[in-house]
Amino acid sequence: MSNTNRAVEKLQGKYDSAILDVKQDRGDWIVTVKKEYLVDVLTFLKQECKFDMLTDVTALDYLDKAEDRFVMVYQLTSVPFKDRLRIKAPVAEADVTIDSATQVYASANWLEREVYDLFGIIFKKHPDLRRILMTPDWEGHPLRKDYPLQGPGREPYKGRLS
Amino acid sequence: MANNEIMTINMGPQHPSTHGVLRMVIELDGETILKIDPDIGYLHRGVEKLSEHRTYHQTLPLTDRLDYLAPMSNNLGYILAVEKLLGIEPPERAQTIRIIMTELTRLQSHLVWLACHALDIGAMTVFIYAFREREAVMETYELISGARMTSNFFRAGGLSQDVPPEFEKKVRDFVNDMPGYIDTYEGLLTANPIWLKRTVGNGVISAEDATDIGITGPALRGSGVDFDLRRDITYAGYDSYKFEIPVGKECDTFDRYKVRLIEMRESCKIVNQALDRLKPGPVLADVPQVCYPPKDSVYNSIEGLIHHFKIASEGYKVPEGEVYMGIEAPKGELGFYIVSDGSSKPYRMRIRPPSFVNLQAIEKMAKGSMVADLVAIIGTLDIVLGEIDR
Amino acid sequence: MGVNQPLGGNVTVTSLDKLVNWVRKSSIWPMTFGLACCAIEMMATGASHNDLDRFGIIFRASPRQADCIIIAGTVTKKMLPVIKNVYEQMPEPKWVVAMGACACSGGIFDTYSVVQGIDEALPVDVYIPGCPPRPEALLFGLMKLQDKIMQESNSFGSVFGLGDRVSTV
Repeated sequence: MSNTNRAVEKLQGKYDSAILDVKQDRGDWIVTVKKEYLVDVLTFLKQECKFDMLTDVTALDYLDKAEDRFVMVYQLTSVPFKDRLRIKAPVAEADVTIDSATQVYASANWLEREVYDLFGIIFKKHPDLRRILMTPDWEGHPLRKDYPLQGPGREPYKGRLS
Repeated sequence: MANNEIMTINMGPQHPSTHGVLRMVIELDGETILKIDPDIGYLHRGVEKLSEHRTYHQTLPLTDRLDYLAPMSNNLGYILAVEKLLGIEPPERAQTIRIIMTELTRLQSHLVWLACHALDIGAMTVFIYAFREREAVMETYELISGARMTSNFFRAGGLSQDVPPEFEKKVRDFVNDMPGYIDTYEGLLTANPIWLKRTVGNGVISAEDATDIGITGPALRGSGVDFDLRRDITYAGYDSYKFEIPVGKECDTFDRYKVRLIEMRESCKIVNQALDRLKPGPVLADVPQVCYPPKDSVYNSIEGLIHHFKIASEGYKVPEGEVYMGIEAPKGELGFYIVSDGSSKPYRMRIRPPSFVNLQAIEKMAKGSMVADLVAIIGTLDIVLGEIDR
Repeated sequence: MGVNQPLGGNVTVTSLDKLVNWVRKSSIWPMTFGLACCAIEMMATGASHNDLDRFGIIFRASPRQADCIIIAGTVTKKMLPVIKNVYEQMPEPKWVVAMGACACSGGIFDTYSVVQGIDEALPVDVYIPGCPPRPEALLFGLMKLQDKIMQESNSFGSVFGLGDRVSTV
């Protein structure tokens, strides 16, 4: 496990003002960037650092735990260099929008639709932002921390005797 | 009907060849597909949400039910992510048995893929044959875990229990016979003119497009990209095994079929190598704060009982942090991204399902082909709705 | 024997209901409608090794030709209207088998998107527990359904609109 990462150094050289935090957790490199620069950073990583596959897009909900409620998480994989990088971008609840990564990676299409469906984060310039897993008329975004597990209006099953 | 009229038809969710509950809205010009809009979510069970309300140990059974054709691979991906968070390593015997079981799982997943793919295209015999061989893997599952499909066999730090003595012979016999069975399938299909007509040149996707869409697994290798997580971003000790990674050239359904068949042969080799180095020893790491005590001590000593009770009722605490663990599941890269806040329940568990991302390619692959070819394309993508919808 | 049988063993005397029931139970044609994990075990039951065909059980892909629906897997809220639709398209008489814990009660998925048991929407005849049930369990469940069909009365009359079919179990 090395103390430096080939892409992180390049990224710090180019987009130093956009980077909020760089850390290594159990061998995974994690770079947090400002959401305004996300598409630029992803384009740079794809073109200059050969991170040619966007493996996963997801979100985290830090309800009442962090200043910005949501954090977008992008897992990048480089097929030629065979390594990974994780990009995070905080999204505040007051403005739950972020630029879509579909213009850089085609794989972001459905993955972002899923995040929109389950977290309610709106992706600007997404070609086809619709619900994907839930029905179109579903109310609420299930993976948010304030959404009850059993859905609104249903008590959890407590066993036969209760 | 007027000449240039475009017809919209609905396929699924109740359709015998959509491999589960996939629904597609297809726009057709005659027989040619103009546009295809898959509609998923008919099996969305809220696994990610449910895992936030369960301990790490209780989350494990949920992972079997994601890709129900490859339960042990799902167990492995999840357990490796949890082990990475905890910073523990399983003993060597457990590691080897894990490899044997995940490779057997790959075999059985590919067998079901072959069975359904061939059945969709019209080859009923292969279906019956492949399910016969799959029964042998199911019996092995039952032998070691007690369940035929939802095995729930791996534990953080090793395995739930040691395998019985007859395990080795059963697996050895199976992997020695398997190449012969694969020859039978090849005899039925590879040179079969109907099979060739339906698969060669069907569902072509270039290497660049495949990488861009994020396709992983045999579907990516069928498009000529030499990338396999077992070798390239290795895990669970795969780097110490010798195996070939087949790569296709023509990027079509036939190449993906060839890639998967060779992969099955390679899996047999890996299992044989693993069986050779299987030595007696412990199957659970000596980490009392995470691992359950042996059953003998639970039944016969009060300390063991308390220890068991404590882990079962509270679960084990996992240090704060976040990990992403991707493994080469039979269908592609299966990733588990777990964020821990230091408690005994995951703060967030994200499953990166291979089929979900692979299915995105269907729009590109099916455009311009005949509606009957769509069935072959769905088959070649090898999707499972359990993990697409989660 | 006390009864003189001039035609030998070629003639048997029974009630019309029994005859109709016997015919029905010997050719249960279930819908091919796999929902989740249980569908794989359903396929395994239908394939070699277990072989459902020997009971006269042949899977049909169209609801119009089926008289039994095996709910094999988790029913989600998005799926429920589709299942109801398919069930309504099946001609009478029809039976419902709930296969697996999810179809019986929602199983381990006590979540926002899962229907807690198919009996919230359809009249279930046989419940098969297990997650997923073994092929033997499915076979046993289908044999229980056959027993149930044998116990029905007025099966013949109901065909001509003379009252309803009565299930005594």
